[in-house]
Amino acid sequence: MEALAPTVAAPPRRRLRERLLGEHPTAWAFIAPAVVIILGLTIVPVVWSLLLSFRSADLISASHAVGFGNYKALVHDKALGAAVRHTLIFTVLFVPLSIAAGLGLALALDRRIRLIGLYRTLILIPFIVATAVQGVLFSFIFDQRFGVANSLLHRFGLPTQGFLGDPSQALYIIILIALWGSIGFCVIIYLAALQDVSKELKEAAAVDGASRLGVLWHVVVPQLAPITVFLVVWQTLTALQLFDLVYATSRGGPLESTVVIVYYIYLQAFQLFHAGYAAAIAYVVALVLIGLSALQIIYRRWRVAHP
Amino acid sequence: MTIRRRLPFSPWHLALAPIAILFGLPFAWMAISSFMSTAQINRFPPTIIPGSLHLEGWETVLGGAEFPRWFLNSTIVAVVTVISNLIFCSMAGYAFARLKFRGSTTVFLLILATLIIPFQITMIPTFIVMHDLHLSDTLGALIVPNLVTPFGVFLMRQFFVNLPIEVEEAARIDGCSRLGVLIHVAMPLAKPALATLAALTFLVSWNELFWPLIVINTDSTFTLPVGLTTFQGAHSIDWPAVMAGNVLTALPVVVAFLLTQRTFIASLTSSAVKG
Repeated sequence: MEALAPTVAAPPRRRLRERLLGEHPTAWAFIAPAVVIILGLTIVPVVWSLLLSFRSADLISASHAVGFGNYKALVHDKALGAAVRHTLIFTVLFVPLSIAAGLGLALALDRRIRLIGLYRTLILIPFIVATAVQGVLFSFIFDQRFGVANSLLHRFGLPTQGFLGDPSQALYIIILIALWGSIGFCVIIYLAALQDVSKELKEAAAVDGASRLGVLWHVVVPQLAPITVFLVVWQTLTALQLFDLVYATSRGGPLESTVVIVYYIYLQAFQLFHAGYAAAIAYVVALVLIGLSALQIIYRRWRVAHP
Repeated sequence: MTIRRRLPFSPWHLALAPIAILFGLPFAWMAISSFMSTAQINRFPPTIIPGSLHLEGWETVLGGAEFPRWFLNSTIVAVVTVISNLIFCSMAGYAFARLKFRGSTTVFLLILATLIIPFQITMIPTFIVMHDLHLSDTLGALIVPNLVTPFGVFLMRQFFVNLPIEVEEAARIDGCSRLGVLIHVAMPLAKPALATLAALTFLVSWNELFWPLIVINTDSTFTLPVGLTTFQGAHSIDWPAVMAGNVLTALPVVVAFLLTQRTFIASLTSSAVKG
């Protein structure tokens, strides 16, 4: 309490100020850093980006207005179309596979047996490690000449593969790496949710003669529905925003077979300096992403209102 | 039941052990190959268990100027970001939880709303702002946008809202200012939330690749993820050195995770349960 002692001496002055202004000065001083940084570097850029998307800008010289030119151009951009296709292939495979594997593993890991802590740790570690590390590590493992993957294929007498060097395989190899890197996330989210699944309900179902699989399917899985919805949205957002892993493995190649939307935006904005055009693409993508997040929020509200 | 009787352990191990190994094996391979010579790796088919250990890869990485510098840069950015988030997110979170002021709800909702705004639409203007502030190509460009995060503000607010108010009121009656209460009463009680916030902030900062890649151009200002991917592009034949750099980048996060697993898991699940 020593630290508090000096202020005790002068309470009237503070009270006078408070009577006049309430706690406004204190409150605004407390939130000032957050307001300046978060609103200044998010809300302002959101508006700025929108204005930029109607201009031809290169980040350096003066820009000029082009109306809906950027938006008209992106509809006919074949390279963007390919990037959208690659992103959708990634999303359609990555989201269900990561969630199904996450649920399966979480159910398997939700028991008290020896080494269970070690298993959980091993499955989660790939997720916490930088995507750059994952990408560089698997570039080595799937290296055509020096990689351990081809070495194993060779040892078992199977033909060696191009992997990340083969335009028809690279995207699927990236999906595989992404799954390795993010199943752990789905596992811990489901594991946390499983702790909240009502024991009484499970026991009641078992007493009523339901099989273990029946309890799982009819009692446990439905109770996990809100978490599954959260994961579907979260994993979809992650998939649609794929960048790091592509950069750390294939850099869009070979033959542009792994250029995904955000990678394409990066190329347009910071390699080709078509900032206005990049902003237009980013805006279209952002609207889809924000729409998805909004759906998740609406679902949660609805869920709370209709338990 | 017959299987269970014959096995001295739970049959679940038969499924879980191979899967867990599958997740861990790439890291073992990463560590092993960092101690191989390029000759051992450049053989076809490549060696899987090397006969002898070599330190050339590690000498390249630790003896060169680049990796120690990148490690230092990553550390500076992570440490400053973590500390500033602990301070500023606590202050803002506390204000939104406890202080009554006009606009409180509006500003809080606005901050919350920024959580769903994807980085792609803010990155170009943020890049221009950093350029205008003469921060581009400096560590400041990596620190300033992350000084305080919306999720951190949200996390701290939730914690302070659920904190019993009686202790604080006692200190207030003793004449303690709001800042005094925050520092001496509320924050010490908020240690679990602060630990969660610190773990998450460290993880995100240490692993970040996209933004540093955009805003940093000079080798000596790279952080580890940018340095690592650049180094790999330039030394694609020297896999032992690339893998040593990879171990160096992964190690701090893995060690921090192993030491404080509960905190890390709490920070990862907080986004789903409360978000």
